[in-house]
Amino acid sequence: MAGHGDSRQGEVPEVAGEEARRRQRMRSWAIAGILFFLVVVFYAATIVRLGGNVMNRPL
Amino acid sequence: MTDVVAQAHVGDVPRLNEPTVGDYVALLKPRVMSLVVFTALVGMVAAPGSLHPVLGFIALTMIAVGAGASGALNMWYDADIDARMARTAARPIPRGHVTAGEALCFGTILSVGSVLVLGLLVNWVAGALLALTIAFYVFVYTMWLKRRTPQNIVIGGAAGAFPPMVGWAAVTGSVSLESVLLFLIIFFWTPPHFWALALYRCRDYERVGVPMLPVVSGAHETRRQILLYSLLLVPLAVTPYFVGLGGITYLVTSLILGAVFLALALNVRRVTEGREGDAAAKKLFTFSIFYLFALYAVLLGEHLVKGLAG
Repeated sequence: MAGHGDSRQGEVPEVAGEEARRRQRMRSWAIAGILFFLVVVFYAATIVRLGGNVMNRPL
Repeated sequence: MTDVVAQAHVGDVPRLNEPTVGDYVALLKPRVMSLVVFTALVGMVAAPGSLHPVLGFIALTMIAVGAGASGALNMWYDADIDARMARTAARPIPRGHVTAGEALCFGTILSVGSVLVLGLLVNWVAGALLALTIAFYVFVYTMWLKRRTPQNIVIGGAAGAFPPMVGWAAVTGSVSLESVLLFLIIFFWTPPHFWALALYRCRDYERVGVPMLPVVSGAHETRRQILLYSLLLVPLAVTPYFVGLGGITYLVTSLILGAVFLALALNVRRVTEGREGDAAAKKLFTFSIFYLFALYAVLLGEHLVKGLAG
């Protein structure tokens, strides 16, 4: 099995400060975008699957 | 950076950089992903019946995400050898942009998520086939076969052949002879395609101990097997016409391109020495990509035209 360690010993960041924060912010936006996409996907799929039956139920 | 490469042989690379979104995209192997999306789309369009475009879009997206997730898991497991091969040394883990643990976590979440979403929103046959595709690529190819046997890409190639079946199943909810044919075409295309590449890249594989056929059995045997698999592939690629999956355009295309494929495979077998030998292998490798793309594109075109006309 290949080594799959996650050691951070001796870590020397090549980018720090503002650039690191910018990258972090971009990742957060990407995660937010994916979550929003999932909400839209589930909403759209529900409407498509239920179709006209959405209205066809006892109130 | 030198330190990163030095440590990479044990796959224990610390993260030296804050990863960008692009690093995570690179973990998904976007080029492989695009081929997967294309073949899955052909499976969906060629399948009898219909699927609502929204569900079709979801199915394609989840197939792409699932394929990407298996790519990320492959990069997690192979980080040690990736760092020592020219072709893969710039991947996010060997470069120290993403840790192996992060790639494992990312790949696992996307794998489980894509299978669940495909199963819940489209159908569970497609979801199960996607799970099988991911499991085959990660467990059978990457973990079991790749470092153990020169038959790694023959059996492991099945993982790359599943997507059109998943696409087909997304529409029909089943597996049929036609979708198995789409699978078999990619399955038998994979060995000549990869071995042609391995013929002129075998030093890389040799250095990291991956037993590709040219490393284990030599170039002569590899050239022989390329020809044998090509002889199986070309007639097989014609059969969609005879089961009604392809039309006359497909028949003519598969015959003409199949003849060129065989001629190039014969050339690889005949021209074995020096630069000419490498050039023959490169030519077959490049053409093999066009060959598969063209066959599937013609199938797609025929079914789109049929759909518009009918």
